[in-house]
Amino acid sequence: MNNIIVFCETDNGKLCDVSLELLTKARDLASKLSCQVEALLIGYNIKDLIPQLYLFGASKVHVADDPRLEFYRTLPFAAIAINLFKQEKPQIALFGATSVGRDLAPRISSALHSGLTADCTSLEIGDHQDKSKEYKNLLYQIRPAFGGNIIATIVNPECRPQMATVREGVMKKEALETPVKGEINELDTNSILMDSDFVVSIIERHMEEKKIDIKGAQIIVAGGFGVGSKENFNLIFELAKVLGAEVGASRAAVDAGFADHARQIGQTGVTVRPKLFISCGISGQIQHTAGMDQSSMIISINCDPEAPIHKIADYAIVGDLNVVIPKIIKSYKQNSK
Amino acid sequence: MEKNLKIVVLAKQVPDTRNVGKDAMKEDGTVNRAALPAIFNPEDMNALEQALRIKDKIKGTEVILLTMGPSRAADIIREGLFRGADGGILLTDRKFAGADTLATSYAISQAVKKINPDLIIAGRQAIDGDTAQVGPQVAEKMNMPQITYAEEITDLSGGKITVKRRLERGIEIVASSLPVLVTVTASAPECRPRHAKQIMKYKYARTASEEQAGMADTYGHDQDYLKIPEWGFNEIGGDEKDYGLSGSPTKVKKIENIVLQAKESKKLSSSDEDIDMLVKELIASHTIG
Repeated sequence: MNNIIVFCETDNGKLCDVSLELLTKARDLASKLSCQVEALLIGYNIKDLIPQLYLFGASKVHVADDPRLEFYRTLPFAAIAINLFKQEKPQIALFGATSVGRDLAPRISSALHSGLTADCTSLEIGDHQDKSKEYKNLLYQIRPAFGGNIIATIVNPECRPQMATVREGVMKKEALETPVKGEINELDTNSILMDSDFVVSIIERHMEEKKIDIKGAQIIVAGGFGVGSKENFNLIFELAKVLGAEVGASRAAVDAGFADHARQIGQTGVTVRPKLFISCGISGQIQHTAGMDQSSMIISINCDPEAPIHKIADYAIVGDLNVVIPKIIKSYKQNSK
Repeated sequence: MEKNLKIVVLAKQVPDTRNVGKDAMKEDGTVNRAALPAIFNPEDMNALEQALRIKDKIKGTEVILLTMGPSRAADIIREGLFRGADGGILLTDRKFAGADTLATSYAISQAVKKINPDLIIAGRQAIDGDTAQVGPQVAEKMNMPQITYAEEITDLSGGKITVKRRLERGIEIVASSLPVLVTVTASAPECRPRHAKQIMKYKYARTASEEQAGMADTYGHDQDYLKIPEWGFNEIGGDEKDYGLSGSPTKVKKIENIVLQAKESKKLSSSDEDIDMLVKELIASHTIG
């Protein structure tokens, strides 16, 4: 009772990264609240995944395993979660901000009349004063709003569970050294689900490899001709991965075959306006900067102090990207969360 | 004869947060809200187009826009009428103020129950909050199935709807019986432009409050023009404590403005100290991490 429940999403028979990231965060929150982390796993033939949930700290795994639940559908998944939450009364429930989590979580919040905050970038535990009332140990749900121009801290003083969704790559993913000794709570799907929960039927599904979407990215790490080679471009990908960013490229880098054309930024590529643009080994010709100079913040890394990119940057780092990028990664890992 | 199809399109008037460039920021680095125009939420436009396409195909279909907001939100009802909608309702009441997504969805669901449509179409999310919560929450309160992330309503016949959904890594085609709530993504076709005939017909469409405020027709034409109904608590009923601030489980504890750095660039070296300082600043300003 009153634990943290993480809705664990699967994709193609594997646990989604975002769910493991949420479990990692939930451990941290649970230690501050002196409570347990539990997982909710819904699908078909999914029991092999349970040991991995123990390895990420779930002391109890609620499982709904049923052939009708092989692919996500709103109503049956919501029915199972609502039923479980009514029984277990978790104080916090976390979901990935995926097309599944963002479809499911609001449905549950509406049914339980509990507050939900979408796309949190940070979750903390803290107190709250509301008029004359004191609340101890609430979940601070911190998220950007208003097109990323403000950061809001949201609390749910009265209603439970306190619900939040978080995007993939925002939280760290860290397994325990030794798994917790967990237990399984098998849910009786036949008694929970009704025929009316299956009114929406899936006729076809076509899933492909992830598409490149640099336009929608909040953070972009872009490489230019100065990166030197296709192999060295891995450094750009590494930094992007650590920051939860998308990778972009200048035309010169694309023409040289370092990066895919879909990543090209500039006049002949796409125009982007992310919150943060990190430019690596790009000189900064106007054809390129036209596609990125409206970014909210620009960091340039280029060993040429006269490179035009430095003039439009908020932070201009004159140095070798092969030295600077590993230092940023190291520093980020040390200082984040 | 089958009864005519009734579609409600949920729309929101939002500040145009997409155009927050460096120019829309004040000296102190905060958002200059006055510089942002109020617009028809883009994905709600995509939703309207899906409704109009059904109307093109199925004769007698009625498309009604429903929006909640202050009286100036009547602008987006007119915009919808100019593009082909048949009517609109403005949900407006002081009692609705301060609503989070849940209290908003309560008000909308109360209004939708009164309209009793066969189909509800909404944008997936609004650009001022990006929560994507109101659609599913309304569906739950209506005890209706939901189909989110729709890119196209591919078929609607015999009381059944078929929808193509656009997900992270591909598409899914799903079918449902009516009534159902569908939310539409930005990858769906753009909305058709305004139509001259519709503009002529609806340019004097006004709410009662607008008429009182002196926005009535001053050109002396004698044609009857559309009155945009305004619904408040008295019209949609329900439990008063479930509206507005008191019906909102989430409370805003704190708002921080993101302060942009001065335009002059800061020169840094590749030393450990410089890089460390930069990374710490970025984390502190929530730019990363």
